[in-house]
Amino acid sequence: MGLLSKKDAKLITDPLTDNNPITIQVLGICSALAITAELKASLVMGIAVLFVLGIGNVVISLIRNIIPSKIRIIVQLIVVASLVIIVDQVLKAFAYELSKTLSVFVGLIITNCIIMGRFEAFALGNGPWKAFLDGIGNAFGYAVILLIVGFFRELLGSGTLFGVPVLGDPIEKTGLYSTGYENNGFMLMPPMALIIVGLIIWVQRSRNEALIED
Amino acid sequence: MSNNTDSNKYTILFAIGMVVVVGSMLAFTASSLKPNIVENERMEKQQNILYAMGVNENGATDIVFVGTDKVADEFSKYIAKQLVVDESGNAVENNEAYLIDVKKEKAKAKNGQKRDLPLFVGQKAGQTYYIAPIRGKGLWDAIWGYVAMDENMVIQGAYFDHKGETPGLGANIKQRYFMDDFNGEKLLTASGEFKGITVAKGNNDPKNLIKDDYEVDALAGATITGDGVSAMIKSDLKLYLPFFKNLKNQYN
Repeated sequence: MGLLSKKDAKLITDPLTDNNPITIQVLGICSALAITAELKASLVMGIAVLFVLGIGNVVISLIRNIIPSKIRIIVQLIVVASLVIIVDQVLKAFAYELSKTLSVFVGLIITNCIIMGRFEAFALGNGPWKAFLDGIGNAFGYAVILLIVGFFRELLGSGTLFGVPVLGDPIEKTGLYSTGYENNGFMLMPPMALIIVGLIIWVQRSRNEALIED
Repeated sequence: MSNNTDSNKYTILFAIGMVVVVGSMLAFTASSLKPNIVENERMEKQQNILYAMGVNENGATDIVFVGTDKVADEFSKYIAKQLVVDESGNAVENNEAYLIDVKKEKAKAKNGQKRDLPLFVGQKAGQTYYIAPIRGKGLWDAIWGYVAMDENMVIQGAYFDHKGETPGLGANIKQRYFMDDFNGEKLLTASGEFKGITVAKGNNDPKNLIKDDYEVDALAGATITGDGVSAMIKSDLKLYLPFFKNLKNQYN
């Protein structure tokens, strides 16, 4: 890592593993439950959060010394909301198809606690470059969990990955379905995402006992 | 100044300043991009109407509209007439009927005013399609669609869209396998009464071979969105019944 100092690199790599926003900081759980029924939605949400958190963290960090502390939460909310709305408007004008895919996520991004959480915990107390790295790192950590959850929910719930059937045709009873296998409709329900996130947390903490709080 | 950021005066001034800056930024973006957005929405409507009557570039399982570069030509080629229908079934031609905002018309009807019902008459390979827009409520926000029918109100094609249904669940009303289920379903009973179509759980007919059960197979985990689709089909398409009755009488 010639480009980044060791400390800076840690800002990106930590959220991927030992300080993951979802499994360790328990931020962004709501959207992780809501949109992981399919991989494509997980990926889109991951990328969208990457942009918003990266830029938002920098903006908040730049104005951190002039924000009145009494209304800082409102200021953060307005920064996220206007960022998301401007991006949405630009996409609507120049990439209409893409904006239709994303429009569902706009509300989810604005209310995503991972964004407010990182603004509050990191951007308010650090310089723009560090805040940018922290934003990118946390967004990646978030996206990784989303993709893992989305993978299992789509595979077991619909028998597809990115919308492509991988287990055969459930109606024609080909592939795995010819053996009597059925899609598990439960996997499409949001609570199942919570169970998968729980399993990820279990695996992660049993591999690294330092993460276990008492 | 550094310790002053906690004072009431500074807080209020900051809030006002921020509102002005952010507000004008948003207003500027919105108004400068508006022409593009309106144009995109206009083309999307044409694409949706054409899609419902089967003019599209679909692959095996995906949804592909006719390209934005040629949608205007295709629209004037396939859509023979655009009508505005009233609730007693009288039709007037109107070449900009597709720009009628169904949401506004629904609000008008609520206030007891006369409601304009747009209807598009498409011609393709010798067959006539009557395409009607519908609009209703899903779980989170608006859902809408276009339904193409023949003169007996048998569905020939349907397109659904939504503003904010849950991805992977309710949002799947926008999937081919859901929309295609509607093809061939009847809206009228044998005696000509309007019955509509229900998005039914446990429909036991996933391939939709039974075309006269007034039911299509529901989506897993999307009960409320599915109910919304049933409701908007029943409430909105029913309004066109007088028009189709008149149409029949003309030929008999």
